[in-house]
Amino acid sequence: MISPKYHREIPQRYRLEAGKCKACSNISFPPRLVCPECGKNEFETVRLNGEGKLLTYTIIRVASDKFFGKTPFAVGIVELKDGVKLTTQIADVDFDKIKIGIKVKLVFRKIQDEGKSGLHCYGYKAVLV
Amino acid sequence: MRDVAVIGIGMTQFGELWGKSIKDIFVEAATKAIKNAGVDHIDSMYVGSMSSGLFVGQEHLGAILADYLGQTPIPSTRVESACASGGAAFRAAYFEVASGASDIVLAGGVEKMTDGADVTEALATAADQEYEVYQGVTFPGLYAMIANAHMNQYGTTREQLAAISVKNHRNGANNPNAQFRSPVTLEQVMNSTLVADPLRLLDCSPVSDGGAAVILCSMDVAKKFTDTIIKVKGTAQASDTIALHSRKSLTTLNSVVTAAHKAYKMAGVTPKDINFAEVHDCFTIAEAVVYEDLGFCEKGCGGPAAEEGRTAIDGKTPLNTSGGLKSKGHPVGATGIAQIIELYEQLTGQAGKRQVKNAHIGLAQNMGGSGASCVINILEAK
Amino acid sequence: MVGIVGYGSYLPRYRIKVENIAKEWGSDPEVIKRGLQLFEKTVPGLDEDTITISVEAARNALKRAGINPQDIGAVYIGSESHPYAVKPSATILIDALGIGPHVHVASYEFACKAGTEAMYVAYSLVKAGEMKYAMGIGADTSQGAPGDALEYSASAGGAAFIMGSENVVAEILFTNSYTSDTPDFWRREHEFYPRHAARFTGEPAYFKHLVSAGKALLEKSKMKPSDFKYCVFHMPNGKFPQMAAKQLGFAKEQMEVGWIVPWMGNTYSGSSPTGLAAILDVASPGDLIFMVSFGSGAGSDGFVYRVTDKIKDVQNKAPKLRDQLDKDKIYLDYGQYAKYRGKIILNE
Repeated sequence: MISPKYHREIPQRYRLEAGKCKACSNISFPPRLVCPECGKNEFETVRLNGEGKLLTYTIIRVASDKFFGKTPFAVGIVELKDGVKLTTQIADVDFDKIKIGIKVKLVFRKIQDEGKSGLHCYGYKAVLV
Repeated sequence: MRDVAVIGIGMTQFGELWGKSIKDIFVEAATKAIKNAGVDHIDSMYVGSMSSGLFVGQEHLGAILADYLGQTPIPSTRVESACASGGAAFRAAYFEVASGASDIVLAGGVEKMTDGADVTEALATAADQEYEVYQGVTFPGLYAMIANAHMNQYGTTREQLAAISVKNHRNGANNPNAQFRSPVTLEQVMNSTLVADPLRLLDCSPVSDGGAAVILCSMDVAKKFTDTIIKVKGTAQASDTIALHSRKSLTTLNSVVTAAHKAYKMAGVTPKDINFAEVHDCFTIAEAVVYEDLGFCEKGCGGPAAEEGRTAIDGKTPLNTSGGLKSKGHPVGATGIAQIIELYEQLTGQAGKRQVKNAHIGLAQNMGGSGASCVINILEAK
Repeated sequence: MVGIVGYGSYLPRYRIKVENIAKEWGSDPEVIKRGLQLFEKTVPGLDEDTITISVEAARNALKRAGINPQDIGAVYIGSESHPYAVKPSATILIDALGIGPHVHVASYEFACKAGTEAMYVAYSLVKAGEMKYAMGIGADTSQGAPGDALEYSASAGGAAFIMGSENVVAEILFTNSYTSDTPDFWRREHEFYPRHAARFTGEPAYFKHLVSAGKALLEKSKMKPSDFKYCVFHMPNGKFPQMAAKQLGFAKEQMEVGWIVPWMGNTYSGSSPTGLAAILDVASPGDLIFMVSFGSGAGSDGFVYRVTDKIKDVQNKAPKLRDQLDKDKIYLDYGQYAKYRGKIILNE
């Protein structure tokens, strides 16, 4: 039963809420209690811009059982315009078109299912712009 | 702190040990190590295991293994630092002896990966569950992203990565404890099944069962048991962000750079003084990056080094003479200890066909996750 | 003035051609194409469902409306493929868009009419002065049993409409609904595919309800078909809406823009709403639009819209339906389609 931990991450997964350090302006995604840049601990909540570029990627051919039937799928590290980096699947894509540096934007998709009768789990995925 | 020596080693065959439980495997390795050292007792023990809970449903590993080894009531603790669990257990044992708290301590590692668990999912728990693994990322996938970034930044080629696999299989063919004892060709690696592009099956370390153990003791005690003293010359550990995406560079493993710097300083050596090294080649790209980050060459030359033979047994800096994780096998928690065993065999001249000439100082680099933990130990033959 | 202040549509990029389906079932694709006027249909990605489609359509509607999501007082999603039998779809949507938590949400179901139900209630709440803005969405990842005629049409997509009284782009002038208990199509609890009563779905169901609602709407508005620039009807296939238009006295040219079904298929609750979105994408100030939905079971909702001069300001602020329909298509074969639609029995 994953409800509590799924629910906790909703602001980040659904609407990209991050924590901006009031001291040094560094943005942490997901939000943290201690700023990794300056060590201070006061933050304001900001929503990330969902546009960015691809820093690296791979095509996952062998996945865990949870992703059975979904392979092959593309995954990459995206640097958003806000400077935040995150790991995300790349959806609806012809693998030959994926290149480092290519522009992407984040869309709302189902990421996984908790078995046949459990929760549908949603979040962000990247698509090529 | 006092000087510490390694005086005994023991390991099981690495591979698919269908008939043996995690307890059987550990007890076999630990018994061999105790016998090999010739000691009549141990004061305490540390066991590295990445995920006995997920792999076999058994936690509280320290106690159950001390029990089955017939060593109760000595203190026994399981150490977890993902794939660096073995290295971390060795460090814990080192400090217990160096501090003077104990004289003889066993450092072991064990993993039983073939009992039916979803291995990909279990291994992925070493990454950020909510922000990497949630998206379907696997460990081959994380290292594949490092590989693509490295290829993009430094021009590392597919052939260069394959050369690492070829070399490690060649070495492993001469290691009686290795899981795979057959050489592979460049073509076989290049044509093996894609796992996470650009990494293929023969770029990846296998799923393995296995155990390894060593006996550490104070220098005074060591001199009573042996004339060939293998001294722990340097030990260091470092961490990095759990998520690969949080790092400033996707092609440098900062935990390796930091731990190496500290270990060299403690040992009073530079990379030039290292005669050979066992490094954490969970994937071929890892060996290339670690070779660079240990300071054996400039950034970007990790690929060419293997291709040009610089890391072969007869090369300038032999890497993974044991066959590495790739060929010897990677029972996760046992790996860090098995690296120490290869160092010990090389430094005592017992490595047979794998023997490096003039092996006086060896380095073992063991890391967890996509490099969020790194343990480095430097051993010297006195 | 109360009406649409922002609208948005979303279609998945995947498609399957009628030929690929017909081949598997030994049918003649030319008969389907000619008889039903269907050529290909949208298919949701493995990671798409009514909720993700609704979120993307609603994001596009918000882009066009340019309003603070916090001012939206209600969100209703009409669909017959809500991912949960019990648990609302729109709770996920409001948290994704930053709407609420002071908001009223509900999942609607009335076969293919659930989308216009959502629009009707959203419109009514704003008109009643209960709230500043309300959103109605029609979206589906439609189910059609393998080998059934519905398999050629059941497709995926949706459209979202934000109703309000300021900066209206299409004013709602009149509405009318027509409902009776007519069992032409249904899906029982726990059943995966819907059942239908074959030809009974036509005359006694679709045509009776849609045409009756349309005729009453014309009377109520004191307008005649020729007053309208555009008309859009529920599109279970290519042929039915053409016949309905004819019965109501509309010409082919009035229907053309919203008649997206031949290349999109029937997006069930999203059918006439996506057709309306396609019309709004190209409409000009002053244009009158006549819309009647149909939902099996059975009923129809009719709307008369008058496009305002604000329309030109919003049309380019989000992707247009026709572009989504015509560009960047990814074709699937039947095997891939069967996998994407969960039609293959897997181990637990």
